[in-house]
Amino acid sequence: MPVSKLVGARIKRREDPALIRGLGQYVDDVRLPEMLHVAVLRSPHAHAKIKSIDAAAARQHPGVVAVVTGEELRDQIATLPTTADNPTLRIPKHHVLAVDKVCYVGEGVAAVVAEDRYAARDALDLIQMEYEPLPVVTDPEKALAAGSPVIHSEWPDNMAFRWEHKQGDVDKAFKQAHRIVKQRLVHQRLAPIAIETRGVVARYLAPEQQLTVWSATQIPHLLKTHLSQMLKLPENLVRVIAPDVGGGFGSKLNVYAEEALLGYLALKLNRPVKWSEERRENMQATIHGRGQVGDVEAAVKKDGTILGLRYKVVADIGAYHQLFTPAIPPFTGLMLSGCYKIPTISIEVIAAFTNKMSTDAYRGAGRPEATYVIERLMDRIAQELKIDPVKLRKTNFPAAKEFPFKTATGLAYDSGNYQLALNRALKLAGYEKLRREQKRMRSRGRYLGIGLSTYVEICAMGPGFWEYGKVEVDADGKVKVCSGASPHGQGQKTSFAQIVADQLSVPLKDIEVVHGDTAAVAKGIGTFGSRATAVGGIAVYQAAEKVREKARELASHLLEVDADDLVFSDGRFGVKGVPRKALTIQQIAQQAQTAKNLPEGMEPGLSADSTFEPANFTFPFGTHICVVEVEPQTGNVEVRKYVAVDDCGKVINPLLVDGQVQGGIVQGVGQALYEGVVYDENGQLVTGSLMDYALPRAADLPRLQLARTETPSPVNPLGLKGIGEAGTIGSTPAVVSAVVDALAPFGVTHIDMPLTPQKIWTLCQGKKAASGGHR
Amino acid sequence: MIPAAFDYIAPQTLDEAVRALASHGEDAKLLAGGHSLLPLIKLRLANPKLLIDLARISTLNGISEQDGKIVIGALTTHYQIESAELLKKKCPLLPETAGEIGDVQVRNRGTIGGSLTHADPAADWPAAILALGGELKLRGPKGERTLGAEEFFLGPMTTAIEPNEILTEIRVPISSRRSGSAYHKMAQQASGFAIVGVAVSVSLDAKGSCEEIGIGVTGLSDKAFRAHAVEDRLRGRKLNAKLIEESAALAADGIEPLEDLHANAQFRAHLARVYAARAIKEAVKRAGGSRR
Repeated sequence: MPVSKLVGARIKRREDPALIRGLGQYVDDVRLPEMLHVAVLRSPHAHAKIKSIDAAAARQHPGVVAVVTGEELRDQIATLPTTADNPTLRIPKHHVLAVDKVCYVGEGVAAVVAEDRYAARDALDLIQMEYEPLPVVTDPEKALAAGSPVIHSEWPDNMAFRWEHKQGDVDKAFKQAHRIVKQRLVHQRLAPIAIETRGVVARYLAPEQQLTVWSATQIPHLLKTHLSQMLKLPENLVRVIAPDVGGGFGSKLNVYAEEALLGYLALKLNRPVKWSEERRENMQATIHGRGQVGDVEAAVKKDGTILGLRYKVVADIGAYHQLFTPAIPPFTGLMLSGCYKIPTISIEVIAAFTNKMSTDAYRGAGRPEATYVIERLMDRIAQELKIDPVKLRKTNFPAAKEFPFKTATGLAYDSGNYQLALNRALKLAGYEKLRREQKRMRSRGRYLGIGLSTYVEICAMGPGFWEYGKVEVDADGKVKVCSGASPHGQGQKTSFAQIVADQLSVPLKDIEVVHGDTAAVAKGIGTFGSRATAVGGIAVYQAAEKVREKARELASHLLEVDADDLVFSDGRFGVKGVPRKALTIQQIAQQAQTAKNLPEGMEPGLSADSTFEPANFTFPFGTHICVVEVEPQTGNVEVRKYVAVDDCGKVINPLLVDGQVQGGIVQGVGQALYEGVVYDENGQLVTGSLMDYALPRAADLPRLQLARTETPSPVNPLGLKGIGEAGTIGSTPAVVSAVVDALAPFGVTHIDMPLTPQKIWTLCQGKKAASGGHR
Repeated sequence: MIPAAFDYIAPQTLDEAVRALASHGEDAKLLAGGHSLLPLIKLRLANPKLLIDLARISTLNGISEQDGKIVIGALTTHYQIESAELLKKKCPLLPETAGEIGDVQVRNRGTIGGSLTHADPAADWPAAILALGGELKLRGPKGERTLGAEEFFLGPMTTAIEPNEILTEIRVPISSRRSGSAYHKMAQQASGFAIVGVAVSVSLDAKGSCEEIGIGVTGLSDKAFRAHAVEDRLRGRKLNAKLIEESAALAADGIEPLEDLHANAQFRAHLARVYAARAIKEAVKRAGGSRR
């Protein structure tokens, strides 16, 4: 391997100069001649029969070109896809526009196509809908109870699927336990809230019979496959373009009704069509995340050693499955044992249909839930056994030498050193000093809380999902890198260029990274599950390696020396001992264009591609420490200090890693303190706008103190693990733990998220602080 | 977020605006900073046929001192108020309150007059204007009239302003030498509006007793109000911590608190009492009075 110059360097994002000057090109910036505009009429009812739809007046409205309903589309467009390998899975028909009945507020019932957005929106008001409201169930536990309103008549129990896992003699562990510690935990629904809402433009070129769909998506290639199936078009005639995409967090890892609808309308009307999602639609009809309620119990020995774990959880699916909906709750199950040695485990997941928008992957996708369960449980055990939470964790960690570490859930953690990250974080935070400060402050009636979370997560998806990369050196020495990953804020136009620059000794400025267009990149999967660098980056790395080896072969031919006698350094293939006899990769690329320069059997050109699928997942880990001050009188929480030590294996660009960790932590703090999608009992979305759905803001947090340990993964040649979601996974329990710790003198042992001032005040009300002084 | 069709005019003078409003009646809406009105129009919760944009009427914008009072044009932005040196010296409650409104973008566009006439029960300005005993000058086809702040706010999104009237300016007294003020607020995390906000303006006499006090409370009930019960217990007395706390405990008396997703009635009432005590203490401290 050549000496690294750029891998590991804090290179500023090459994406940013355009984006921060407003020069990004998003779906809504796509403007095509003759383009029509689409508006979707959405159900105001959470559950109702559609008795009639009268669109006559809407069709007459000036500027309106067409109005379509579910009845018209049901035979034209296949139902929305979902994927999961689970024999208990029940898949309700999920039409692009509702047929016969609606099952959640925001479900599309009709679409207007008009010459401009105004006419389209005006015409929505002219569609006469007649509904017969049906009883509604929004609580997943109630949905599973006898007598609940039934959402899909085929399945009167509202059960969407089950998933179970059992390992070891759990009952025996509980019989032998010194103590059993139990906790009920609620993971509220969250809205992913990408800054750019969704949007779709579709154009059909009749002469070529080609459909092009621009979509704010994380998975252009997967979307292409699904759209061709839904619209019954040959896949080679469908092209999907993900232009600049303004964040996804999993919400654009999907196939949405509007993507197929717009494709259909472009075909039918033979004119380009555009739909841009409004924020209110985004709250109603873009997937939500989390939404689990569970009861966990641990069997523990006197010293805190965990003997067994039982978890029974109800997952709130919403009315239908979206693309990965059924895959998320089992992920929680798989990661439930966290970074601890837990010999016996029993997990039971029951998923329930409710009259709400679907849940699906939101940053972390199942792992934040698992981490929250196990970390809150560790704190509860520490409370009950009166053991320091740090000591309890160390008691149950596997040692560094025990990796690869097999969990009771059937995974093999690739590599790790949990003690190291924990010790590093404790030192950075000044843990012992903080505990002393906490004591002093309590005696003065002020409540400092120190929360800890030691997490491990599963990423770099992974076995089952490969990724594709291609590297091509042009005659002028410029390099084009194509990736099937589809970054939408992660910065791989920078980090992939760093990888290739080192492999080929080419300056960064000469490397262009192309992604997000199925016509420009032969194949791909996309960006999700913290996989783009640890899987997609490896494909690019391997392609670059192949290019370098081809260049070596050609250099050997041109220099008339044995390939083994060539050394590649400083961008040149030189002959050992004859430093002046050398060719640069640019010179080789030029020679490679002409067949007569080539050795027998070598094809012209200097390019190579690679498809990489790892044999195992990677398991990043770390320790987050959050320090808060809580004011019991008002319930206000101030985050005073935040320390994160993350281990994502080898790092390509520390600046990008810091950015991912920062953003992740902020979203995790959001779940802990502020966020929550709330539906009322009638299924109306109470948090329907950003006036009520509370996001964290920059001013809510202190400067984050970030550090890293580096334990390479053996799963891929660069030792990468992935960092896109770790911040979100590690932070939420640390924040909750800190607030609960602050309120320990009030006898508080747990609070359900979000930890709003009202909840905190209500818990402390009328209680005097137990130890120390008084306010 | 696509509004229905509407007409738009931007008169150059107040007279033109008053005439336009009179001739279009309820079909017309006045546009100031647009931060409340435009979202309503885009959501089609308001569907005016005509928008009368006041932005070009320069006489409606500005901060000055006239006859011993502070005069603020209705179209003055929150940011102008937040950053006005004159106000920092002579009526610091106004810049302090302005700084609590929304975020920088909102403060750059939103106007004091727009906020007051919109009369959101959780807006910040009503608390300050009530605490200061401010006056609101209205202009209609029949001429001008002036209302006291307490006469102005009638209910949620409802004021005493007639459909053909325009709020032109807000007048507040200049704070005396031994006076102090403070605004304490718990902001709703999402919207930035007050779950509860309490504005206090207090002046002390030579002996350090409370000469005059105004306490405006917002967010607690369906309209901002003046906490007379608290004021009455404090006026004329030496303000120590115990008295302040006892009096502040009356801040929610006789009020039916709002309830929503973010705070129930009990919590809102509690916050009103806590923030009233805190704001009074801070105002007294700033007035140079003792805290304890």
